[in-house]
Formats: sequence, structure tokens, C-alpha cells
Amino acid sequence: MDKIDLKPFKIVMEVTPVKRPIFKNTLFAFLIGGIIGIIAEVLIVIFKDFFNIDEKIANSLMSMVIVVTTSVLTGFGLFDKIGQYAGAGTYIPITGFANSMTSAAIEGRSEGLVLGIMSNMFKLAGAVIVAGVVSAFISGTIIYFMEQVI
Amino acid sequence: MKKVGKSSISFDNVYVKSTAVVTGPKEFEGPLGKYFDYSFEDLYCHENTWEKAEMRMMKLSFLKALEKENIKKEDIDYIIGGDLNNQIAITSYTFKNMFIPTFGVFAACSTLTESITLASILVSSNLAKNVVAITSSHNATTERQFRYPTEYGGQKPVSMTSTATAAGTMILSSDKSKIKISRVTTGKIIDIGENDPQDMGRCMAPAAASTLLDHLDDFNIAINEYDLILTGDLSKYGKEVFRKCLEVKGIDVSKVHDDAGVMLYDINKQDVFAGGSGCGCVTAVTLSYIMNQLETKNLNKVLVLATGALLNPVMTAQKMTVPCISHAVVFERV
Repeated sequence: MDKIDLKPFKIVMEVTPVKRPIFKNTLFAFLIGGIIGIIAEVLIVIFKDFFNIDEKIANSLMSMVIVVTTSVLTGFGLFDKIGQYAGAGTYIPITGFANSMTSAAIEGRSEGLVLGIMSNMFKLAGAVIVAGVVSAFISGTIIYFMEQVI
Repeated sequence: MKKVGKSSISFDNVYVKSTAVVTGPKEFEGPLGKYFDYSFEDLYCHENTWEKAEMRMMKLSFLKALEKENIKKEDIDYIIGGDLNNQIAITSYTFKNMFIPTFGVFAACSTLTESITLASILVSSNLAKNVVAITSSHNATTERQFRYPTEYGGQKPVSMTSTATAAGTMILSSDKSKIKISRVTTGKIIDIGENDPQDMGRCMAPAAASTLLDHLDDFNIAINEYDLILTGDLSKYGKEVFRKCLEVKGIDVSKVHDDAGVMLYDINKQDVFAGGSGCGCVTAVTLSYIMNQLETKNLNKVLVLATGALLNPVMTAQKMTVPCISHAVVFERV
């Protein structure tokens, strides 16, 4: 055959889309994301009430515990399995950030300390930092001028 | 050797001398586990990097294929092979200092049938006696190359396929054996306009359908010529698109068609999303199970349509569409 008419194939592609389990994904993201939120709240309460730690420091300690736990779970190869079910539930909180750094570091290990681990660590997380810095600059500027006006 | 139609060749003196397949653990746990020559118990294959692991698998499959038929390394005239790593590095590193003339080829997951096609041409034209066709893929090296770090916890869509960890070697020869390679059809690069690299099965299906139509047209045969038409690796969703593409052309393949991506794993129980993919997937199924079925006379004539998505991560990041190819090879019991 010299030339195949691709139009019928294009129509087939259109009429056979992949059905994405949006409801299931949303439900799992809500539940698991919520559970992580509850764990974080419990941690803050424990730090504040049982160890008499100042609220600001308690918040930071909570983040540290979540980040370290995520990194350890990533290292043991468990976090990607949880992430597959949780989706945005683990991707949006600080767990997603910790996982993206740890997984990139593990991946880069075979290429050495500097060029492998150090330069790869922010490969995925870098986007979050850039977005954070840019949005902080914009909102900071807006707040500054609003204060001047008021 | 004879040119047939626009894009096909028929052979009458090319035989399969020996095959060997080496896989990772997940493939062994799948339904075809017992047909493989060797399966490693973890993805590192006793090495310290995944790249070395893939090289070890490739080398072992090569050595096993030689050992099975008592062939000496010196008797191999050419090696034709490829893999999914940048610059097909696994193939180059595996065969360094082996002193065998080597061609490196790349056709993504259809590298197997492309290698077999080129090897058949060499054997059939009496330019070589024994030619090796070899491919491999490794779940972790491929993830690194095309996707995210292996431990990255982002949610993968249902259409995603899981790259098979497997390497396979086929030695083609002019010496008579039970299985011969009788026909090949070389694929054309088809771009249907899809740009989702996480839905490659569906992207590749029209390429497979187009090569099959070319094949039937060139040889002037109908679909019932074959006991089995094996595509690889369209997976769960691509398989449906392939069948529908042929349906609109008035051909019903559902009775003789199967897909390597859904055969290699138990997709309902094993964690592989829509099925397997990668050079290793269609290779593992064809060079172990299909060869076994041909040898035991359960199948007589099999058409293998390996499919490849010829993308690269830079192109897909630039939102370019994914061109695909599919090369066909016919294995026949003598």
C-alpha cells in the first residue's frame, strides 16, 4: 500500500478514550490528604501540650517529622506505592516535596556525590522553590504597597 | 530472499537456531515465568547500578543462547541489537571487547523485529551464517531515561505501562531448524497526533494496524493465514484501539490477536497499570513462549508486530506528538 488513510484511525482514537477514575482518585486524595493533616495536628498538639514547646517551633518540628518520615518511606520503596493511591493527597502536602527530593537523590546516587546526588536533588523540587520564591515576591510587593496606601 | 510488494521481503533460508530470555523477578511471577531461561530475584541482578544490571541481563541472555546450541562466540558473524538507554549504551557496553562485528539499532520497543529483519537479510544473502539479534530493557533504567525517579510518588494514570525488565537473544542462521523466518514487513513512521507519553499503547496501535494492512496487501493474504498475531506492547487500551482500527477497515482480528504487554503480566494482580512495555516485553514473550509453542506444534505460523513509540523526553516536553513504528516478522514451523 502506498499511502494509508489515517483519518479512520484518528476517529477510532477519539471514540476510545481512556476512562480515568476521577471519583476514586479524588476520594482517595481527600481521605489520605486528610489523614496526613490529622497526623500533623496531633503532632503539633503533642509538641505543644506534652513538651511545652512554643507554637512556632512546634509547627516546624511537625514539618520535620513529616519530611523525615516521608524520606524514610521513600528510601524503603514504600512511598511510591502510597502515592499511587493517594495522588494529590500526598503530592500537595510537604510529603510530595520531601519525596521528590529524596527520590531524585536516590536516583542520582550512582553518579556520585556532587554530580549525582547534589545536582539532581532539586531536579523535580526546584520548580516548587522557584514557584514559591516568585509568588512570595509578588504577594510581598502587593502587601508592601497596600500598607503604604493604608 | 525476494522483495514482495512495497515494504515486505520473503525468505526461504533463514532459521531460528537458538533463543534465550533473561528477566527480572516481576516477569518471573507473571503467567509466562516458567518459559524463561533465567530470572534474577531483584532488579539489581547482583550489580550496584541498574545500568550494570541491564548489561548483565543482556550478556547472560547472549551466553545462554550460545550455550543452548553449543555455538562458539567465534562462530557469530554479526550482532544486531539495541535498547532504550541514551545512545543505546547498554548494547555497546555489553559487547565491548568481544571482537564481534556489531550494529547498534534503535526502534524503541520494536527493536526486536527490526534487528531480526536486518539479521534475516544478512543471513539470507549469504553474507553471514550466524547472526545475533538482541534487545533488552530494564524498568529502572527506562524510568530514569523517560519518566521520573523510580521512587517518585506521583500518581500514574491508568493508561501508563510498566517497562519490562528483560533481555532476549535470538541467533538466526542458515542452518536448518524447526522454526524459520519466512516474511518481514518494515513499518513506516506513523504519527496519529497524540502527545501523551503516558498513553503510548494507544499511540502505537495505528502504526501496528498500518503495518498489518501493508503486510496483508503485500502478500495478498487474509488474516486467517496466521494462528496468532502478536502485537507488542499495546497493553490493555492500545489493544482495543488496534482491533477497532482494523475493524473500520473490515478486518476482524479479535480471534487471532493477542498482545505481549498483557500476556507477560497478570495485569489484574500485578502492579503494572495497563500492562508491560519496553523492548524486553515483546522480546520475552516472543523468544520464550511463542518459540516454545512453535516447537511444540501448538502454533504453526505467527506474525509478530512489535511496536515502538519513537519519542524522546525533550520532544514530549515541547508538546510535540509521538511518532510510532511497527515492524512485522513471521515465524513459521518448518
